[in-house]
Amino acid sequence: MPSLYTAALRMTRNPADAEDLVQDTYLKAYRGFGSFQEGTNLKAWLYRILTNTFINSYRAKKRRPEETDIDDVENLYLYRRLGGLEGAASGRSAEDEVLDHFTETDVKEAVESLPEQFRLAVLLGDVEGFSYKEIAEILDVPIGTVMSRLHRGRRALQKRLYDFGRQRGLVAEREGTAHG
Amino acid sequence: MGDECVEAAELLYHYIDGELTTERRILITSHLDDCPPCLDAFDFESELRIVIAQGCQERVPDALRQRVAKAIRQLQE
Repeated sequence: MPSLYTAALRMTRNPADAEDLVQDTYLKAYRGFGSFQEGTNLKAWLYRILTNTFINSYRAKKRRPEETDIDDVENLYLYRRLGGLEGAASGRSAEDEVLDHFTETDVKEAVESLPEQFRLAVLLGDVEGFSYKEIAEILDVPIGTVMSRLHRGRRALQKRLYDFGRQRGLVAEREGTAHG
Repeated sequence: MGDECVEAAELLYHYIDGELTTERRILITSHLDDCPPCLDAFDFESELRIVIAQGCQERVPDALRQRVAKAIRQLQE
């Protein structure tokens, strides 16, 4: 239940809805267990129920327009902007140390700020560890779409974390990128 | 940055996701072994992944467990 609840809360952004969503998922799974095929992926099957229930019943009635970035899907968004910092004595890189300063609240807010399609992909891929193929099955989209949403979602997430870092003075504003 | 570095950066997420073919995986691993800056980027992205995954984790409220157990019991009656 912890991982289902975690995913539900990040999806709905609201504890009351998340609880209802988890309960609905369990009940549907219990009722529908007859249709589950032994030997296939139970976790993916459960998450498919969770995700479909979210999409059909819980997503915000008034949807924010999907924020589309300019077609810039560079990798390593955050890493490239943290360069040039003095390394610390501990042997961890300066970039790794910046990661220590992000709180759980930061991470949750950053994930929850993502547009829904990106948020679902990042939750399934990065938080729950599903493969591209499993995510494609859960969301019922082609694998290419999964990869694209993951890529863009991660970039948007890193941008959000970078913004938090700048607000806190952890990183200096820089022109261009440090790591080239 | 050499061509290998550019390729490593492009494939880095797939590498961390475990979604590369064996051949490509071996090539990238070999490059990371030889290239400290790329290894640095790999370490950072791997750690960021862990920060995201762990940061999102929630404790399940006891009341929810009880609610779900009760609802399932009612289905069984």
